[in-house]
Amino acid sequence: MQVSPSSLASVAGNREQRVPGTNLIGSGLETRGVHAWFGTKHVLSDVSLDFAAGTVTALIGPSGCGKSTFLRTLNRMHEFIPTAALAGEVLLDGKDIYAPGTDVTKIRLRVGMVFQKPNPFPSMTIGENVLSGLKLAQLKKNNTDELLESCLTRAGLWSEVKDRLREHGGALSGGQQQRLCIARSLAVEPQVLLMDEPCSALDPGSTFKIEQTISELAKSMTIVIVTHNMQQAARVSDYTAFFLSDGGPGVMVENSPTSKIFSSPTDKRTEDYVTGRFG
Amino acid sequence: MTTQVIPKPGKPWEVSVKERSKTGSLIVLAAILAGALVKLPDLLDEAVVKFPDFLPWDVVKLPNIVEALTGIDGKLGFAISFFLIATGLTFFRVLRTSDIRAAKDTLLSSFALLGIVLTLIPIVSIVTTVFIKGYKGIHPGLFFNDMALNSVNDPIKEGGLLHALLGTTLMVFGALLISFPIGVLTALYLTEIRGKLARPIKFLVQAMSGVPSIVAGLFILSSLVYPVTKELSGIMGSFALTILMIPTIARTAEEMLRLIPNDLREAGVALGATQWRTISGVVLPAAKSGLVTAIILGVARIIGETAPLLLVTGGGDALNANPTSGPMGSLPYYIWKAFLTGGTEEAFARAWGGMLVLLVFIFILFGLARFLSGRKVG
Repeated sequence: MQVSPSSLASVAGNREQRVPGTNLIGSGLETRGVHAWFGTKHVLSDVSLDFAAGTVTALIGPSGCGKSTFLRTLNRMHEFIPTAALAGEVLLDGKDIYAPGTDVTKIRLRVGMVFQKPNPFPSMTIGENVLSGLKLAQLKKNNTDELLESCLTRAGLWSEVKDRLREHGGALSGGQQQRLCIARSLAVEPQVLLMDEPCSALDPGSTFKIEQTISELAKSMTIVIVTHNMQQAARVSDYTAFFLSDGGPGVMVENSPTSKIFSSPTDKRTEDYVTGRFG
Repeated sequence: MTTQVIPKPGKPWEVSVKERSKTGSLIVLAAILAGALVKLPDLLDEAVVKFPDFLPWDVVKLPNIVEALTGIDGKLGFAISFFLIATGLTFFRVLRTSDIRAAKDTLLSSFALLGIVLTLIPIVSIVTTVFIKGYKGIHPGLFFNDMALNSVNDPIKEGGLLHALLGTTLMVFGALLISFPIGVLTALYLTEIRGKLARPIKFLVQAMSGVPSIVAGLFILSSLVYPVTKELSGIMGSFALTILMIPTIARTAEEMLRLIPNDLREAGVALGATQWRTISGVVLPAAKSGLVTAIILGVARIIGETAPLLLVTGGGDALNANPTSGPMGSLPYYIWKAFLTGGTEEAFARAWGGMLVLLVFIFILFGLARFLSGRKVG
């Protein structure tokens, strides 16, 4: 399908643009020359990218370009795969999260993650799912009822589940499950939220609700979202980074304000991609 | 106002009654043919039939065709010829009405059906035999008395198997108490930690599940009973059973943990949990029903074990609730003793009664485990 670049640009232009510095909430992330490998396969090469505090950044690009891998380097989920290797620095508020002696669980508490496939814990009820992070990370919290309500409200799910908190998470629809997962990641109060194609398994209605949720959340935290849907990138993000792999490791081709990426990208490859000429 | 006509709900995908009766008549035909093949010569032989002189039957006796061809006679001959004829008939019928692919499909279905029947025959046969022969040995006193003052040849109403029931329960429970944590920890090492030793340990666990039970008994006898306690007791029985139980629990638990999607582990870790918090808070609860299956299979593996218990428990006939001291009875030992040391009607009735109790005990145990694991989603 040929997407008219002007329509994407107008979608992006219609958003209220947030500029770093004006909205000093959450934490900023910076990456310096990040490379990633799986075994001997070099999948990501030299990505240096800044995520200013309180902004939404979309990572776009064709499948296999390394954008999900890059996202997983930002909260050290990359190392969860046994063959994974890495080079470079990821700075959270100026401190390298890969520095020796860093407590990886503390990093993941500050940088939360929502996965592509909704994955509520099957053995827990809806309410337990939301608060599971506190239990798992052994955090003490008073007023868990308040926290439960505020997390579900921020995830846009409260009105739908407030009477069925004791039911199992599996009883919800796919879109509700994904918002439950968002609520779950909010309960530990992260400053950065990483979202790995959070809507790719969902219908348009659920996608719309999650995008609303993202816009709400962006007021209080830094968000990085991987998406295949360029409309979505245009709708929700302040900045967009385009990743590409030409058979070799994936590289970051261009990182610009979203309205610029969709109206006047600097790189020819970006333009080809956002206008639907390939990918 | 228009009235909406609601059609009658039906199942158009189901085989019609006509088709069914056709298949049914085919099966009946196969049964008649098979019966004829097996029985007809006998009937002809018995009936006084005067054959005309020019027919060969007068000279050569008509043989049982199936027996002549395969050497198998009677019920088995009938069953085999019935299966072959029924399969052949349905095959050719489908071949005629449809094509070769559909015919092959029915052929495969017939063999699957044969497999089910062959599996069910021994199970049903064992259960019914035990029930038929065992109920004579059952009386209320069985559950209140032991055999301390009785011999297996005494009248069936005297004595009981309370000591055996208690001994089996205690020893199996003891074995479970030791094996379950060890087995699950082994499984966690194989699936979650995946350390360098995972491969050799997996191999070892597989090899251990092939250890003959008598070897487990001898091992405990020579490593614990003779050098250390110098006394046969129930706990020694538990130890011997543990050796047999750990591999079963470890392998089953490993398979069950592998079924837990990696997404859940990632979700737990991404929430800032350590690996052990993720395992205890997410992975194990999600695998709960699988772990109950591991327990069931582990108990099933050991509950009927006789050989190791003969060696290390001292085979008690008196009620003994203390596993650390004195001989302890068990149901398999009770059955073994009644069968081998008796020889009278009463002794056999006792043995079959013991088997019935053991069987029912296992059923109750499994039913309970299924009920407990099925109550919560997991």
